[in-house]
Amino acid sequence: MHEIPRPLTGKDVIGHADHAHEHHPRLQHHFFSMEQQLEASILGMWVFLVTEVMFFGGLFLAYIVYRTMYPLAWEKSSQELNVILGGVNTAVLICSSLTMALAVRSAQVGSRRGQIINLILTMTFGSTFLVIKFFEYAAKFEHHLVPGPHFGPTPALPFGSQIFFSLYFIMTGIHALHMVVGLGLMSVMLTMAWKGRFGPDYYGPIEVSGLYWHFVDIVWIFLFPLLYLLGFHLGAIG
Amino acid sequence: MSTAHVTPVRLYVTVFATLLVFTFSTVVVASYDFGFMNTAVALGIACAKASLVIWFFMGVRFNTSLTKVAVASGFVWLMIMFGIGMSDYLTRPWLGVPGR
Repeated sequence: MHEIPRPLTGKDVIGHADHAHEHHPRLQHHFFSMEQQLEASILGMWVFLVTEVMFFGGLFLAYIVYRTMYPLAWEKSSQELNVILGGVNTAVLICSSLTMALAVRSAQVGSRRGQIINLILTMTFGSTFLVIKFFEYAAKFEHHLVPGPHFGPTPALPFGSQIFFSLYFIMTGIHALHMVVGLGLMSVMLTMAWKGRFGPDYYGPIEVSGLYWHFVDIVWIFLFPLLYLLGFHLGAIG
Repeated sequence: MSTAHVTPVRLYVTVFATLLVFTFSTVVVASYDFGFMNTAVALGIACAKASLVIWFFMGVRFNTSLTKVAVASGFVWLMIMFGIGMSDYLTRPWLGVPGR
């Protein structure tokens, strides 16, 4: 192996240069060391997550614009959302983030059993979130709160409420879609963990999938107060 | 060649408990009316929760400076988008002409 001079990236590379020839089987040829490979994966995932921030950001900007236009409709419409179910779902996602972090930790300490248990728990919490969301959506259909020709809750809501519910369905719907993608990622991670692919020196995929999972949790952390809690001081309807 | 920065389970559980306390308090606080401060309080708690998730669960505290800059850039650009977007919508009524 001949050494090609290349710029060193990341402080961790320096000082490990003399170990570079001990090739780990999972080290891709274009990386200098396992540390650099992991850090590059993490940076790459974060760059993707930044585009996700901007993607959801567009919806949040729409939310701000229309909320400044129809503040009353926002407060009154928000009262129609179920704070208890929304709150429980927030807690469920926080539980899933804990088990996700523990799954990555299990890979770091080389516990296959810990990875499998925590990944299954993460997927269970994620599925619980989606089931609760299904019942919330069903109630919105029953209460005629879905925008369109059949929009017409009793008592009537102020003008602009259909825009609130449009944004509610788009934002929570796309968030739920991200949850489904996350569940798909987690089933791949579960398969890899089952085969014993991850350990203290190679856990990039599970760590990076975890970043995605936590990001989806963060989106919900903002959606919950902005959608469910606006009109809570006016008294809950449920 | 273990390179992992392993966070103790105890710290993860502490962060988890703090997040649950924040969630509970954001609901309790929302039942009071602070006028225009309602949203600021709710967003303050949400930002604190998001920071805990990013710093501890996502392990950004162990990442390189380059990754930290990338993380921060997402939120900086978000604020630029909100700032420029709202400077448009909020100043439209100033003109007082049709077609604004």
